[in-house]
Amino acid sequence: MAALVQAKLDAAMARLDGRPLPAGAKWARDAREGALSRLRAQGLPGRRDEYWKFTNPQTLVQPEAPQAAVFVNEEPPLFDGIDRLKVVFRDGVLDRVASDALALEHLEITTLAEATATDIHWARDLYGVLEERGQTPVDRPLAALNTALAEDGIVIRASGAAPKPVSLIYLHESESSDAMLHHVIRVEKGAVLTILENGPAAARFTKVMEVDVADGGRFHHVRAQGRDHERRAATHLFARLGAESVFKSFTLTVNGMMTRNEQVVELTGDRATAHIAGAAVGDGEFHQDDTVFVTHDAQDCESRQVFKKVLRNGAAGVFQGKILVKPDAQRTDGYQISQALLLDDDSQFYAKPELEIYADDVQCSHGSTCGAIDEELLFYLRARGVPRSEAQDMLVLAFLAEAFDEIEDDRLTVALSERLTGWLARRRD
Amino acid sequence: MLEIKNLHVKLEEEDKQILKGVDLALEPGKVHAIMGPNGSGKSTLSYVLAGRDGYEVTEGSITLGGEDILEMEPEERAAAGLFLAFQYPVEIPGVGNMTFLRTALNAQRKARGEAEMSSADFLKLIREKAKELEIDADMLKRPVNVGFSGGEKKRNEILQMAVLEPRMCVLDETDSGLDVDAMKLVANGVNALRDAGRSFLVITHYQRLLNHIEPDVVHIMSEGRIIKTGGPELALEVEEHGYADLKAEVA
Repeated sequence: MAALVQAKLDAAMARLDGRPLPAGAKWARDAREGALSRLRAQGLPGRRDEYWKFTNPQTLVQPEAPQAAVFVNEEPPLFDGIDRLKVVFRDGVLDRVASDALALEHLEITTLAEATATDIHWARDLYGVLEERGQTPVDRPLAALNTALAEDGIVIRASGAAPKPVSLIYLHESESSDAMLHHVIRVEKGAVLTILENGPAAARFTKVMEVDVADGGRFHHVRAQGRDHERRAATHLFARLGAESVFKSFTLTVNGMMTRNEQVVELTGDRATAHIAGAAVGDGEFHQDDTVFVTHDAQDCESRQVFKKVLRNGAAGVFQGKILVKPDAQRTDGYQISQALLLDDDSQFYAKPELEIYADDVQCSHGSTCGAIDEELLFYLRARGVPRSEAQDMLVLAFLAEAFDEIEDDRLTVALSERLTGWLARRRD
Repeated sequence: MLEIKNLHVKLEEEDKQILKGVDLALEPGKVHAIMGPNGSGKSTLSYVLAGRDGYEVTEGSITLGGEDILEMEPEERAAAGLFLAFQYPVEIPGVGNMTFLRTALNAQRKARGEAEMSSADFLKLIREKAKELEIDADMLKRPVNVGFSGGEKKRNEILQMAVLEPRMCVLDETDSGLDVDAMKLVANGVNALRDAGRSFLVITHYQRLLNHIEPDVVHIMSEGRIIKTGGPELALEVEEHGYADLKAEVA
């Protein structure tokens, strides 16, 4: 046991490799020091950790990022026709020339480097703070590592309804880039903000996004993780929700040898709503892990987790989802579903759905299924003239529909479904 | 139109012979009915015609318009003009009724080398056909058969038939689960499609459907064979005396 713990600590030290913490204002250095001590206490994830039972963290924790070829995408950029404020990161570094000016009505936008150099009180109150809250009851060492070392990211405060989405575009150009980004977002009372994310980001990408939604605020998050096949990603989203606020997050994962998406959401104000959804499609050497932890700590809140995975040619999908209902969180309405469609006998789905409930007046349901294409449905479609491969794609899209339904904006739904349709069509027999 | 010769079919999974030499010839423009007790092989015949997996043809042939269909995939048979109205139409959550029908229609047209139908033309076509079957806009928008009543599902089958315009229609117990009004609606839908170039094979337990869809020829099936063929009066005979008498008479 001691040897295992030592190995995790050694891994943390090797990954830090004597790197100095980034310079900045005292509060920022303190936050980074705090994260560093969390990391030093936890060590990096190891194969024997319960929380990493289904996903081997090796490539995410090893000191050097494994090489990842850059995928040349010939389709037009995602979200192309949608009016948005573009913020471009190239291998994890903000590209000001490629980005739009960081200004938008009702928003204060700055970079992490700038925010941590000065004293922006609302950023100070969040940076590493939500991440630290999310470390209990489960360790998330890669998030602590990120808080300690990340130098770039976007820092946004919305004070009203943003007129258009802020679109974070992650370009991957170097085959050995090891990128870290840390975003901090505060949605003030009654404000509305949509964040889009897309692109592979780097050969290895370690990301944290902290989102604080004040009472009555609305936050929408729609993300498409880049198609570069060999890229590795460990992402974390920590959210804290005030009374009557709304949080909606949808992630599409297509390709990727290693993706671990952790989402930690705390409902701290009454009548808050959190919807977290994901659709993943993998072919071959694909490993994708959704790890979700929703805590109900207020009354009359609603949460939904909807995760769907389509796997073929030996692809693997993981879902670890938990709903924790604290003693005072009466009249909680919690829902969780995780489903996998396995298109062959080689693919695998690992699911660990969990409920932990301490309040007595709650309604919580969870379900998890894993199955093949329904031959009855396939025959029905074919008997009407739809060729087998096309019929199978129709059923795949139908299977994913419940997750896609969680996207608020139809234009985004269309943009993402088109990508998916193309991906499926290229794989027809 | 449709010619079935000495058709022998067994289940793939087990050594069980279901059809033991079925012969049937259906001319263009005609309506043939197949009646028979449970387990006589009626539904198996409809599935074998449509190309469902799980059955093995051990002997005999099926041709549609002179073309051997046994080697064709189900979608190829559909494009060749064969349509099976299912006894139990399946529910397909997540696939819109309209999207499904339009995809099916255009896939068939594409397979036949015809141009795809535009959205506008398709909308016009489906609205017209849906109206005749009293299918409202809401049903068209919903996922295929999801939440439909038994009658609605059967009407939806006939709607698909009306839109796809097959030349050979096989109706597998389309009357099962229908009340009298629903049965009339379905029968009217079928009758509206009757013309000189289209044939129907109506499979049913009961004579009552044949009051509404009048057949030219009636076949009685039992234990995997057609044991008697006659005119519409044969259906009435079955209604009166049941199948037992007929079986005894043939034996």
